[in-house]
Amino acid sequence: MNLQLTQEQEMIVGMVRRFVKEEIQPREINLDPDADELPEADKALLVAKVKEMGLYGLDIPSEYGGPDLDMVTRTLIAIELSQHRAGLYTPCYGVFGGAGLAQLYEATDEQKDNYLYPTLRGEKSGFFGLTEHSGGSDPARAIQTKAVKEGDDWIINGGKIFISGADKADYGLVFARTSPDRGRGGVTCFIVDTDTPGFHVRRIVHTLRSARYATELQFEDMRIPNNNILGEVNKGFAIANDRLSRQRIPYSAGCIGVAIAAHELALEYSKIRETFGAPLSSRQSIQWMLVDNEIDIQHARWVTLEAADRAQRGEPFRKQAAMCKLVASEAASRVVDRSMQIHGGYGVTKDFPFERWYREMRIRRIGEGPSEVQRHIIARDILGESLR
Amino acid sequence: MSIRLDKPLQQLSDDNIKKLAGNLGVFQLADDNGNIIYIGYAGGKSLFGLRGEVDACKDMQGASQFRVEVNMSYLTRYQELLMVYIADYDRVPLHNDEQQRRQLGKLSPG
Repeated sequence: MNLQLTQEQEMIVGMVRRFVKEEIQPREINLDPDADELPEADKALLVAKVKEMGLYGLDIPSEYGGPDLDMVTRTLIAIELSQHRAGLYTPCYGVFGGAGLAQLYEATDEQKDNYLYPTLRGEKSGFFGLTEHSGGSDPARAIQTKAVKEGDDWIINGGKIFISGADKADYGLVFARTSPDRGRGGVTCFIVDTDTPGFHVRRIVHTLRSARYATELQFEDMRIPNNNILGEVNKGFAIANDRLSRQRIPYSAGCIGVAIAAHELALEYSKIRETFGAPLSSRQSIQWMLVDNEIDIQHARWVTLEAADRAQRGEPFRKQAAMCKLVASEAASRVVDRSMQIHGGYGVTKDFPFERWYREMRIRRIGEGPSEVQRHIIARDILGESLR
Repeated sequence: MSIRLDKPLQQLSDDNIKKLAGNLGVFQLADDNGNIIYIGYAGGKSLFGLRGEVDACKDMQGASQFRVEVNMSYLTRYQELLMVYIADYDRVPLHNDEQQRRQLGKLSPG
């Protein structure tokens, strides 16, 4: 892998960095420290600016109208987009647009007309419904929601938990067991309209993340037409699994961006804050914290870019995706913690973004597969399938 | 924590407001009959937390009672309380902005 950014990458990254510093960070001053939304007028204005920059809908494939950027460039951009207070879970408050659920690009033409295209036009939104009370990291065994065939329809009963956006969504991808005895070969993915009778958002699940909550869902005799199966019956596991690996790269990039933002604040503060007659930056204990920050960020960045590069080249990247998710989430947690420590009492106030990053970053070591599962994936890859 | 805020209501008096701490959290204002007429929160920018926010609302038309819940997740709890209210009454409380509905999700708490 070439470690040198191309001229085009340098230019795009610079443009996005300026956008975050000039358009996003100043607006956050007037928002609640935990806010995850901009006022509607501001959002519309910024969306228009992003469209002018040619970067709207970054992750939309070019054949669907996206800006045709490779995975490494998109990862570099994702690192920039999260460098502000709300950036970990709401990079730039969504003004760069979304790409919808990646699985829908493999949908039938009818499903694309009903769900994908309206999503890309901003008319509909969807959720990803995989995790259940019984777990999320091992969907092959954990999925207990059942779908039973009845005529041309399927009747779904069960529930999901930790599902983001389901209360506002128009539809969702719901993974259900269609063959009880077939493990990973018995799971099917259904596209479910949220106005279907029997679909319930039962509660908000409050977490350390004080905006962007998750929800708990219940399905009671929910009747879904056979046409709403995404892919094939009993082949939903591959759909879920592909998403889990791919999603780990931008997830890592978000962590790195926040780590960079925290580190930059710590660097700046260490030079101006004096103790016992000298700036903090002159103290070796502080210097070493800053050095460790720098090393953690560089390590996470290169591991993540390598995973992106392999994915872009079409090479297997499951191990690299697990590695970058593990390294980035743990390294960024350490960086935020050290940067908070350097800021002393101010570090834990809501006057600075560290306390929000500290809380939200803790979730990143669990979300999208906890660190232990990432190590399990890496171990299986280097030791072979005999580990199962 | 119950999905509904079901603590007893207190009189919206200066004495009761003074007893409130400056914590982050959510609150509800109610009329004489106990009908909720406003749901609010004390966030990171509230100068005196719940005490300051409830005090700022004490002259709201029809408000005679209140209750608070100290909660660090004040934003998601605030949204949850609004969504539960909408699920029960199909509208936002009298003094909340109806426009807020567009940004809220839909709950069926059962």
